[in-house]
Amino acid sequence: MTLETLGWQGLVVLVVFGISLLIATYCTYAERVIAAFLQDRVGPDRAGPFGIVQPLADAVKLFTKEEFFPSGANKALFIFGPCLAMITALMSSAVIPFGNILQFGETAIRLQGIEINVGMLYVFGIVSLGVYGIMIGGWASNNKFSLLGAIRAASQNISYELAMGLALIAVLMMSGSLSLRDITLQQSVPGEWHFWNIVKQPLGFIIFIVCAFAETNRTPFDLPECETELVGGYHTEYSSMKMGLYLFAEYVNVFVASAVMSVIYFGGFNFPFQYELREWLHSAQGLSVDAAQNIIVILGVVTIFAKIFAFIFFFMWVRWTLPRFRYDQLMRLGWTILIPLAIFNILLTGGLITTGIIPEIKQWWVSSPLG
Amino acid sequence: MESLSNRAKKLEKKPMTLAERAYLPAIFQGLSITMQHFFRAATKKQVTIRYPEETRPFSPVFRGLHVLKRDEQGRERCTACGLCAVACPAEAITMVAGERKKGEQNLYREEKYAVSYEINMLRCIFCGLCEEACPKAAIYLQADKMAPPRYERDEFIYGKDRLVEPVSPDNRSKRGIQLTPEQADKLRSQLA
Amino acid sequence: MSLFLFLSFVALLSALGVVLAKNPVHSVLFLILTFFTLSAHYLTLNAQFLAAVNIIVYAGAIMVLFLFVIMFLNLNEDTEPHKPALAKIAAAIAGGSLLLIMVAALRGVQPVGYDANTFNSQVGMVDQLGLVLFKQYSLPFELASILLLAAMVGSVMLGKRETGERNF
Repeated sequence: MTLETLGWQGLVVLVVFGISLLIATYCTYAERVIAAFLQDRVGPDRAGPFGIVQPLADAVKLFTKEEFFPSGANKALFIFGPCLAMITALMSSAVIPFGNILQFGETAIRLQGIEINVGMLYVFGIVSLGVYGIMIGGWASNNKFSLLGAIRAASQNISYELAMGLALIAVLMMSGSLSLRDITLQQSVPGEWHFWNIVKQPLGFIIFIVCAFAETNRTPFDLPECETELVGGYHTEYSSMKMGLYLFAEYVNVFVASAVMSVIYFGGFNFPFQYELREWLHSAQGLSVDAAQNIIVILGVVTIFAKIFAFIFFFMWVRWTLPRFRYDQLMRLGWTILIPLAIFNILLTGGLITTGIIPEIKQWWVSSPLG
Repeated sequence: MESLSNRAKKLEKKPMTLAERAYLPAIFQGLSITMQHFFRAATKKQVTIRYPEETRPFSPVFRGLHVLKRDEQGRERCTACGLCAVACPAEAITMVAGERKKGEQNLYREEKYAVSYEINMLRCIFCGLCEEACPKAAIYLQADKMAPPRYERDEFIYGKDRLVEPVSPDNRSKRGIQLTPEQADKLRSQLA
Repeated sequence: MSLFLFLSFVALLSALGVVLAKNPVHSVLFLILTFFTLSAHYLTLNAQFLAAVNIIVYAGAIMVLFLFVIMFLNLNEDTEPHKPALAKIAAAIAGGSLLLIMVAALRGVQPVGYDANTFNSQVGMVDQLGLVLFKQYSLPFELASILLLAAMVGSVMLGKRETGERNF
């Protein structure tokens, strides 16, 4: 990798960082509008046309509110908690492949922050760290409700991480690679039956999405912050922008979870007939190979964001439909239903691979023109 | 035990079917219901009234903020007889009567008039009994005006400065103190 | 080299913090930081898989449980039991002898240099590691996985509702 491409890659990382924040910002607005529409209401429509600058107004409100430290709080950790929540939420979007490689003559820009061959494990590791922000903040608040929220968050995250990992193992058995980029490229082999993973892993996807809801602390699994029982859960004592960071981290997590789901199960930046379209652009429209490829890549970026937004919408749709689980129901679902189901899914996938019903994936992308 | 009303429902606890235990069909049913509402809100006109721009029409029998009327020549009608204060179930009205001086005939219609007239809007229940009781047709509860919220309690005690109808006939018509039958009909048709 | 020195410095400092911090929660957080620096060391050795797994297993799961228990116990400086001087002396002697043994054991170790021409930089990558695990160490690997699976099935069975039991 030359220094020049390294510079481009740094730019990509910055752009990914900015996009994560921007999407999280507008998730707050989208959540309110979608909630309103699902309940036959209007939603925020005062700040700007259709309330489009509402997030800015919210940010100004949060920044100008009083910073409050509860008595007996561990001040350093009280500040550190929301920072950690935000850092871990933002870190995981680095390995998401938002697009294929853009080719400008000699310069190649990979539309992905970093490409490591353990990408999935990286996401998994960062997600498992996300609970520290909640735990530390909840403990440092010196409030029993916060502590209960933190403890709930910890046990919930650990329980659902298991089922999540087991659901992913079934995908890994088929892909033979931990790299998210490889997994994406495998879902679009031209001329072969290799469609999106959701076709091959429907059960795994259901397990994964349930676990994603639990890991991001969204309804119906938002027990760490359930206001009917715990006032505000782990952020009871938080105010001002520290509170805002917690809320923000949740939306970044939702964004990352949506991105991971669209990459692993819904083909990432692939869209149907992309090769035919590229062929048509190249031969019928007379574009150069690079130009045709770049158009496909840009359309791919649009595709993955459409998928991500669909998932974010689904997260919000579920939030305003389903009531919250009870805590024992949550634990029972995680341990006695999802984990056995995930193990069964692994066995099923293994069986299908050995009998050859799911075809073995060749390392085709090495010779692929997309590669 | 025999039920007294015979209306008690016997509930049998049936084991759940597989579809019920799987939980997912119920979730999708719920999701489809909220989605219907989503499209209804997005396409049809919403029931929400965007307040400062749109206001809800008042009911034709609405009783709001009081007004002390003047007659055709702009003289105060009130004669401080005190019947409204007596009629008031909430004891919200107090007044001090005074005698009309020479040269004040263009201000007050009767020889006796109210030097001060106060209504405590925190006590008032807007029942309209004062309006019924008034022999001079002086006090009315406006059909389109409410007592606005204030920060201090003493701001709710309305004196003559805020109760008496302004002198200018233009202002009087603008404030639309009493609905004419045509106006009332129009309002009714709007509400229907 | 400077990266290595920096990471080692942070690792040693946070490891000292684990021992010296008065507050047990601070100790746990320092321990997490230590694991992070260890993972960073693995990364500099081109062992991405080991780094990721170290974070997932130790920092992501085990330390969460540690923190969980410590939060439940609500330990802090006020509730710390008074330790007699004898216990302190005994602890110092035990720790000192452990250090002595470690130093004695590692003193004779000669670090094996590597040949830059024959060194395989991919040795720590996940596919190389998988080949080694599944070919060379197939039996121990499978035994360990069966042990873990048994533990998982056992925990699921413990959580199962018994017939007739109804909590709510």
